[in-house]
Amino acid sequence: MSCAIRRVRVILPYHLRTLAQVGAEVELEVGEPVTVRRVLDSLEGRYPMLRGTIRDHATQERRPFLRFFACEQDLSHDPPDAPLPDALAAGKEPLLIIGAIAGG
Amino acid sequence: MSTVRVLVGTRKGAFILTSDGMRKNWQVSGPLFTGWEIYHLKGSPADPNRLYASQSSGWFGQQIQRSEDGGANWTPVGNKFAYEGVPGTHQWYDGTPHPWEFKRVWHLEPSLADPDLVYAGVEDAALFKSSDGGATWSELAGLRGHDSGPHWQPGAGGMCLHTIILDPGNAERMYIAISAAGAFRTDDGGKSWKAINKGLVSNFIPNSTAEVGHCVHHVAMHRERPGVLFMQKHWDVMRSDDAGESWREVSGNLPTDFGFVIDVHAHEPETLYVVPIKSDSEHFPPEGKLRVYRSRTGGNEWEALTKGLPQKDCYVNVLRDAMAVDSLDTCGVYFGTTGGQVYASANAGDNWTPIVRDLPAVLSVEVQTLP
Repeated sequence: MSCAIRRVRVILPYHLRTLAQVGAEVELEVGEPVTVRRVLDSLEGRYPMLRGTIRDHATQERRPFLRFFACEQDLSHDPPDAPLPDALAAGKEPLLIIGAIAGG
Repeated sequence: MSTVRVLVGTRKGAFILTSDGMRKNWQVSGPLFTGWEIYHLKGSPADPNRLYASQSSGWFGQQIQRSEDGGANWTPVGNKFAYEGVPGTHQWYDGTPHPWEFKRVWHLEPSLADPDLVYAGVEDAALFKSSDGGATWSELAGLRGHDSGPHWQPGAGGMCLHTIILDPGNAERMYIAISAAGAFRTDDGGKSWKAINKGLVSNFIPNSTAEVGHCVHHVAMHRERPGVLFMQKHWDVMRSDDAGESWREVSGNLPTDFGFVIDVHAHEPETLYVVPIKSDSEHFPPEGKLRVYRSRTGGNEWEALTKGLPQKDCYVNVLRDAMAVDSLDTCGVYFGTTGGQVYASANAGDNWTPIVRDLPAVLSVEVQTLP
């Protein structure tokens, strides 16, 4: 049985764009149900240099200074296998990967 | 004519400074990897166009970059640094056990003979090795498995393995240093390690002459005398003539023996350089005068080198990996500061000129002398 493939949009922070040599937004093919884990699996499969930059190599946990936003919601603390909002899975809204603001 | 290439790692990117052998006119390229901390860049002695860079970020973790063309183009390679087995614990600042956690690569040391072989010194302190040009990394776990490992503890800057010295005459022998554990030596290619800290005295630990616990800041060696080591410890400049089996202090007439960098002249194994820093509480040059001190006697007798360096109102620091020498006939000496200056001397330290003045804080300086 094959699951449907969705085209999902992801917006990366500046430093990951330069590392992966992509623009602000990338479009990925992700199997249903669309989850953070599946989006990141697809992202890292296409851009291997991003492995370890968003989630830990070993634990697969989100790096502490990053957040996942979509559809005006903070999804950072949701389980990685929780289905993402329909609008994101439909490609209408992007998944934003955000670096925490810091500096001075 | 020869070319000199200076590889500079800073808090906000990397820079490559090049000049011909006159070392008067410099070209500055960069920043590379803008906005990332570049703890260290180093070229392969076996293939000088093969460069490695440690790129890290508090947000995005560790990257290793590799160049095949002297730094014009770079490719991210492997960034997975997994401790072997169950990592275990070391001591935390409060003396409690704390799990080993990878944070960043402080130092990259390419093999003297094989461009694809490179070692990485990391925080929390461990030594990793890649045999495929940085694509994959494996831990030389015998070091962290040393009996003293569970008792190592971080210095204020973290528990970092910052110095890796390869013995040019013995491929099985290597020296490393860790803040704040001390210096270690392997004679079997990294399988087993010996703590080599006898003679070090550190008043900030309960037993000032303990086997481990010393905050070694940097160690240097002259390639023609691999058994002779020079060390800038937290306090004290030290010397060993027996491959680290014993150390004696050679601070002599230095105005302060606190500091971070130490290096050896390319052609004179008894000529040393340090940059004295006022104290562990005040990380800047004494009296606001930036002075390199040179000993031509292997220590103890030091002379201040000041020509071309700021002699008032200077409050920068020079970090542990931020000094290097070239191997031209008149040895060039280079160092970078936390104020963003990279100073060069084309005559072994007699006169200094800033190559650049306004970089981000400099973390590391390495030099390649190219034919």
